Amino acid sequence: MASIISITGLTKSYASGFQALKGVDLDIEEGEIFALLGPNGAGKTTMISIVCGNVRPSGGRVTVAGHDIITDYRGSRSAIGLVPQELSTDQFERVIDTVTFSRGLFGKPRNDAYIEKVLRDLSLWDKRNNKILELSGGMKRRVMIAKALSHEPRVLFLDEPTAGVDVELRRDMWKLIGELRLTGVTIILTTHYIEEAEEMADRVGVINKGELVLVEEKATLMKKLGKKTLTVTLSEPLSAVPPELGEWHVTLKSDGHEIEYVFDTRAERTGVSTLLRKLGDLGIGYKDLNTQQSSLEDIFVSLVHREKAA
Amino acid sequence: MSGFNHRAIWSIYKFELHRFRRTWLTGLLVPVITTSLYFVVFGGAIGSRMTQIDGIPYAAFIVPGLIMMSMFTESIFNASFGIYMPKFTGTIYELLSAPVSAVETVIAYVGAAATKSLIVGSIIFLTAHLFVDLPVAHPLAMAGFMILIAVSFCLFGFILGIWAQSFEQLQVIPLLIVMPMTFLGGAFYSIHMLAEPWRTITLFNPIVYLISGFRWTFFGRGDVGIEFSLLFIAGMLALCLGIIGWMFRTGYRLKK
Ligand SMILES: Nc1ncnc2c1ncn2[C@@H]1O[C@H](COP(=O)(O)OP(=O)(O)O)[C@@H](O)[C@H]1O
Ligand SMILES: [Mg+2]
Repeated sequence: MASIISITGLTKSYASGFQALKGVDLDIEEGEIFALLGPNGAGKTTMISIVCGNVRPSGGRVTVAGHDIITDYRGSRSAIGLVPQELSTDQFERVIDTVTFSRGLFGKPRNDAYIEKVLRDLSLWDKRNNKILELSGGMKRRVMIAKALSHEPRVLFLDEPTAGVDVELRRDMWKLIGELRLTGVTIILTTHYIEEAEEMADRVGVINKGELVLVEEKATLMKKLGKKTLTVTLSEPLSAVPPELGEWHVTLKSDGHEIEYVFDTRAERTGVSTLLRKLGDLGIGYKDLNTQQSSLEDIFVSLVHREKAA
Repeated sequence: MSGFNHRAIWSIYKFELHRFRRTWLTGLLVPVITTSLYFVVFGGAIGSRMTQIDGIPYAAFIVPGLIMMSMFTESIFNASFGIYMPKFTGTIYELLSAPVSAVETVIAYVGAAATKSLIVGSIIFLTAHLFVDLPVAHPLAMAGFMILIAVSFCLFGFILGIWAQSFEQLQVIPLLIVMPMTFLGGAFYSIHMLAEPWRTITLFNPIVYLISGFRWTFFGRGDVGIEFSLLFIAGMLALCLGIIGWMFRTGYRLKK
């Protein structure tokens, strides 16, 4: 698999002396959606800003589409569209002018048809002659995405695209990102909302205190680290958990109609079969079994937790 | 992509001129009114009681100084604002992440600001013709001088805009340093009119050489030799370019 971004040994110490990145290695594959997940202050924005050219690295090497970000910055930056975390726009400009400006800034020849397509895709076409200050916050964020896409980048960085955005716009954003990936654009987004990574990403990287704690296919990650919940729907409701089931730490749900058992999929013995055997021994009948994958949130919490313990 | 990003220069240049156009009325009316007031007060009321300076009628004598003064402030203000605003609003992220070199950035911002101050300078020049008979001894040199002044003060303004971290800092240099130096630099009088030691002290003011040089292009003579004036402009250009080069190399106040 070809990697479009290659980061090796990337470090960053700010002027204050604070070390925001402590040697990050990461390869992003062309065409994937990569979610960089981490709590506030983890170093997500710092990392993105270095790749895009807004922050100077202290050490390490980054290439984008084969171009070194320092020695061949024109090559690397031409390949990137950036939507930063903060909403910042030229309030007095018209939507169409600011998007056209961005295309020119990146050295691309004028292409009205393409700009129209970008604006239409982002539902901005009707607002193209409006000044940016007349738009709502959500619309302004769309303008920033349109600016980032104006020069047909191969890689799109979205730094917390849905932070402070209402639910509807968040859904729209997810849909949009899904559509963008179909055009072959590689997308790297940062978020501290786990459901966002869960919903969209192919791979997830977890960053904490300047270190990449883990990079994994989302599916593998869920499988590898995930806990599952087994729900047993009983034929007859129970009023209390029988003491014989004590070692499984099960809980009663739905007024005693269900038993819930949480198990670790990585464990040698999940305890599922022994639990079911025990239920049979006790004469407790059941009509249905259901298992459910736990969310990335649970995974994330357990990861950060484990790190604290270590 | 490699090579010169001329489209970026053009985009920024157009963007900046568009910004000026939003305030074209004040931008162009203010210099016309200010110049007229200066003529009414200095040229008319006071000038009528004054004899000629170096054989030049007073009203004509002050024109080069007036043009210079407006061009200094316009250049510094427009160029510093042009680069300070994106820093202030955060839109600078786009410039920093674009395939644009330091040289291209400077050409675009300084070029746009210099264009505006040249327009203002020309308007004052034309307005002055309404009030006085204004011969120009060296028209080509005059135009060249205006361009050099516009470019060097815009470079200076650009540095100021990168350096400034507040609106107050943005204004403090033009108001507290450049303005007084211009007034004391012979904008409205010949330094030969000063008594010692003030005359010698005044020679340490670089603005003297700029105004004197510009006056030379009008009347064929100035307070100091034209070669000194050119030397000072060259020095100022070199200094500003050096500082800007250093700023971009180190990312000074632009990149963390
Ligand atoms: N300009 C700066 N100077 C000093 N420290 C900074 C600067 N910018 C960010 N930091 C610090 O670096 C750490 C990482 O910040 P950031 O990359 O913005 O995190 P994230 O985007 O993951 O929330 C934070 O602790 C932040 O306070
Ligand atoms: Mg951030």
